[in-house]
Amino acid sequence: MSEVEETIKRIQSHKGVIGIIVVNSEGIPIRTTLDNSTTVQYAGLIHQLTMKARSTVRDIDPQNDLTFLRLRSKKHEIMVAPDKEYLLIVIQNPSE
Amino acid sequence: MPPKIPKSVKGPGSTVGAKPSKIIKGRQKPREEDDMTVDEYGEDYVHGRTLVRPDDQLDLTETELKEEFTRILTANNPHAPQNIVRFNFKERSYKQTSHVEQIAIHFALDGNMLHKDSDEARRQRAKAGMGEARSEIALSEAGEEEAGDGEEGEKEEAAEAPPPKKESLRNQFNFSERASQTFNNPYRERGTATEPPPRANFSSTANQWEIYDAYYEDLQKQEKAKDKTKQVPAFKKDDDKTKKKLVALETTSDDISRVTKASKIVERMVNQNTFDDIAQDFSYFEDASDEFRDQEGTLLPLWKFSYDKAKRLAVTSLCWNPKHVDLFSTGHGSYDFTKQGRGMLLFYSLKNPSYPEFIYSTDSGVMCIDIHPTYPYLICVGFYDGSVGVFNVKDKRAGPVYKSTAKSGKHTDPVWQVKWQKDDLDNNLNFFSVSSDGRVVSWTLVKDELIYADVISLTVDDVPAEGPDGTQLQLLGCGTSFDFHKKIDYLFLVGTEEGKIHKCSKAYSSQFLDTIDAHHMSVDAVRWNPFHPDIFISCSADWTVKIWDHNYRHQAMFTFDLNSAVGDVAWAPYSSTIFAAVTADGKIHVFDLNINKYEALCEQSVVQKKKTKLTHVEFNPAHMIVVVGDERGYVTSLKLSPNLRKVPKKKKGEESQGIDHEVEIAKLDKILSLVREPDNKDKK
Repeated sequence: MSEVEETIKRIQSHKGVIGIIVVNSEGIPIRTTLDNSTTVQYAGLIHQLTMKARSTVRDIDPQNDLTFLRLRSKKHEIMVAPDKEYLLIVIQNPSE
Repeated sequence: MPPKIPKSVKGPGSTVGAKPSKIIKGRQKPREEDDMTVDEYGEDYVHGRTLVRPDDQLDLTETELKEEFTRILTANNPHAPQNIVRFNFKERSYKQTSHVEQIAIHFALDGNMLHKDSDEARRQRAKAGMGEARSEIALSEAGEEEAGDGEEGEKEEAAEAPPPKKESLRNQFNFSERASQTFNNPYRERGTATEPPPRANFSSTANQWEIYDAYYEDLQKQEKAKDKTKQVPAFKKDDDKTKKKLVALETTSDDISRVTKASKIVERMVNQNTFDDIAQDFSYFEDASDEFRDQEGTLLPLWKFSYDKAKRLAVTSLCWNPKHVDLFSTGHGSYDFTKQGRGMLLFYSLKNPSYPEFIYSTDSGVMCIDIHPTYPYLICVGFYDGSVGVFNVKDKRAGPVYKSTAKSGKHTDPVWQVKWQKDDLDNNLNFFSVSSDGRVVSWTLVKDELIYADVISLTVDDVPAEGPDGTQLQLLGCGTSFDFHKKIDYLFLVGTEEGKIHKCSKAYSSQFLDTIDAHHMSVDAVRWNPFHPDIFISCSADWTVKIWDHNYRHQAMFTFDLNSAVGDVAWAPYSSTIFAAVTADGKIHVFDLNINKYEALCEQSVVQKKKTKLTHVEFNPAHMIVVVGDERGYVTSLKLSPNLRKVPKKKKGEESQGIDHEVEIAKLDKILSLVREPDNKDKK
């Protein structure tokens, strides 16, 4: 098993982690631990949001770049780590 | 001039046509027919041609007209005689000649033209010599016929009358010019339409960073192009090929592996959320009850580090990374002689307490580790089997990059401590190791091997023991720990299993500078004070921790009895008077001599199960936390409460950065002076 697979497995085993989605640059989910409809919804929306956030950061300073994005909501925390081509989205319920 | 007249006949119009007809009539009397044909001819242009019948034409019936008469024209002369015979003298008989003259001459006329070069012409010319002028006039007045008849040889005449000569010869009397126009080819339009090229609408908004990216990419391309032009073309091709290959490899590699970095970041985030309370405590919690306890402090347990495969492997060493203050490494092995086996080298980050950052498995138990202060990715390790090795975290290798073997001077007993040294004169990295086989060895990293050099052999300095057959055996001391002086390069201390501490110099390999009978049992740790150059601390399995001044070898400055074997002791990096010790009963003791010279400010059990021995303790160089390792493979991080990290108050306006060394030394000196005095008295 590759290093990444192990890391993803460990993340999944953490308490409160609801799901992990890997999204490609077009916003298409490549790997997920959630069901289909939820995945598609998350992937589409989060991808848009991340692109917008990234655009914002880069508009302010083109040499700057987005490293990650954390969204804290009442129920969840959505963590997004954009890599060069992919987006790693993890949804966690921190209060659990 | 009469020859010109026929020209006007051209026109078929009636008005024009009238004149020429008269003139023609005047000159010559043509038949009526001819005149008519001229007129009709003219009309032909307008109307279609009509058949003209001569008056004397026979009227024939239809059948007669259709009758066919075959006539054959031959070249035979019908009047030629067919029966000419000649006498043949050879055969003496008349023979009919087959060859008959077929030519029939109907008319013959001798011409009056003669060649100008012929004799006749010359004679005539001589005859006409006198009347040349007359003939000239005659020539000009006569028509073309006469000119043709006259001597052409006269060049003057030709030169005089070029205009009439230019006129082409025409029939003056019945001349007409006919012209017709060919049909113009009708114009035809023809067109074809090609298939229209595909079109697509493209629109995009360019914002500042996209422009920046484009320029940046372009710049890099230009630089690459520059580099390429520098290279030899032959190499260029190869480069392209390899690049292509690389690209191919990249695309074929596992997609998911591209999120390696992202997954690590997210793992830390998830951990941060999971251990949110601990992270908060780590950053902000200060034990408020300290204020009401005047001296004592507490230790707040934070993260607990463990790794499944390292469970039940005692923590044999701890070392903070000098560069990344959140990263520390642990060595796992076993202190139990009967339970030796594999070992582990792990790297934990405070940011991810649930899983080590790096993992190395070893065949033999790891006994000690040290991270290089300037190259924090290099870790030297001592093993239970006596070998030493160097791991490189940057290197993806699963094992050590350097390792000593039986051939290259490895120890014969467990290596108890290793320590990086300053680079030698050739700028080679080197480290020292101490082992219970009594040797202190210096290891130098040269290219791809470890070069060893014995620095000192530990001996028991008493009388050599007597062997069974009366020979004298020099007993070897068993080194268990050492520490190098912070300021004086050559000076170092070695603690032994016999409880002695030797003060040694790197320069003398056979002799100790000094020997202190420090403990009754093996010295587990010996450490110089990070501030005061004379002071060092030692701990032993004889339950004591002792503080020494290396100039006063007879007696310890302080002795603390901790009621259990002391596994390790460590000075705090922020104060000269604070140190922590861990004991076999699972307790950690924190002392501040400045506050209490007799008792620990904090004595706290930090293990879950009783009987768990604590083995090592290490202060974080930047944060106010310590990590302690136990023999079950757990590492616990603990936060020091405010009472345990008191530093002298700075004067107002003296907001100096960091730690004031002078103040720290003075503080310790002040305390030591109290102890030294009775010592001196005793001496007196």
